[in-house]
Amino acid sequence: MNFLNGITLLLIYQLAGEISVLLLRIPVPGPVLGMIMLFITLVWRGRSSTSLDSASTALLSHLSLLFVPAGVGMMVHFDRIINEWLPISIALILSTVITMAATAAIMLASRRLLAKKVEKDD
Amino acid sequence: MIERDLAAIWVYLSTTPLLGLTITLVTYSLAHQLYIYAHSNPLLNPVLTSVIALIILLVLTGTSYETYFEGGQFVHFLLGPATVALAVPLYQQCSKLRKLFLPVAITVISGALIGAFSSIGIAWFLGASLQTQLSLAPKSVTAPVAMGISEQIGGLPSLTAVLVVLTGIIGAVIGSKLFELMRIKDDSVKGIAMGISAHGIGTARAFQVSPEMGAFSALAMALSAFATAVILPWLLNFLDMLN
Repeated sequence: MNFLNGITLLLIYQLAGEISVLLLRIPVPGPVLGMIMLFITLVWRGRSSTSLDSASTALLSHLSLLFVPAGVGMMVHFDRIINEWLPISIALILSTVITMAATAAIMLASRRLLAKKVEKDD
Repeated sequence: MIERDLAAIWVYLSTTPLLGLTITLVTYSLAHQLYIYAHSNPLLNPVLTSVIALIILLVLTGTSYETYFEGGQFVHFLLGPATVALAVPLYQQCSKLRKLFLPVAITVISGALIGAFSSIGIAWFLGASLQTQLSLAPKSVTAPVAMGISEQIGGLPSLTAVLVVLTGIIGAVIGSKLFELMRIKDDSVKGIAMGISAHGIGTARAFQVSPEMGAFSALAMALSAFATAVILPWLLNFLDMLN
């Protein structure tokens, strides 16, 4: 019963997210808005519930499984991937290296910078 | 006689969603066991191996993706509630987030932009088509969100899903080596960089290194999914208007 309550709550927030996106014409995927709404609710309530915890743990621990049917969709794009394999693979590898190195550097620098500012304020 | 029976059974099964759903689950559990057996070698990522195995199976049996997806859609559907469920770990990391809020916010927003525009730029420079560039743009974001963004900006959601999985695998493979080269030892910094650039697959890898790196990676993944979903469609729309 616990799991059922949790999954129902997740679906309600997703539905609320989808409807709000349609009504307000926000350029954000419905489930993302649902996630934000749930996050705000949790912060506002100050605690989560066991049913929500069990449902979200169950879904997130098998998150990779959920990508599989979409990934199989690659077979529909075979021609495109073969035709553009070079730009696709170089863009993926290079961009991932750049993003990872840059975010690590930015995180280090901004933390150091802000830590200094806090010291000065003290 | 038996052959005819088998053919009849096949015709029946291929018209129901049961077969597509079952082979998805069976293939994934086998792929997952292989992954565990190989000591979580990132190259044997279960998503990658099950996608390859399923495609081979479908091509060999002459089954179309549409037929397969009648069953696969039940698994695929759960991506929506799974995205909503990300609010829970995000909430659990709330106190850590509050302490590091500003540096994390700066890193996530710049990381979302760097991830999207470096891939668009490199693909454009190497002559990829516009639709491929747009499908690449949300590649660093967790798949359910990336597919939603891709659809909105005019990419191909199913191509994006594949590119997202490949990005995650690349990030999980290169991460530790890159941080070593950059002489970064702080697990919170490593986790943030991993979550922004390699989403869930990178986060799974981060949890193997340390719980702290995993938690920060999960946090960064959720925040960058949110930041990219908000900024990217709007920004591309804006750039489009300038042209």
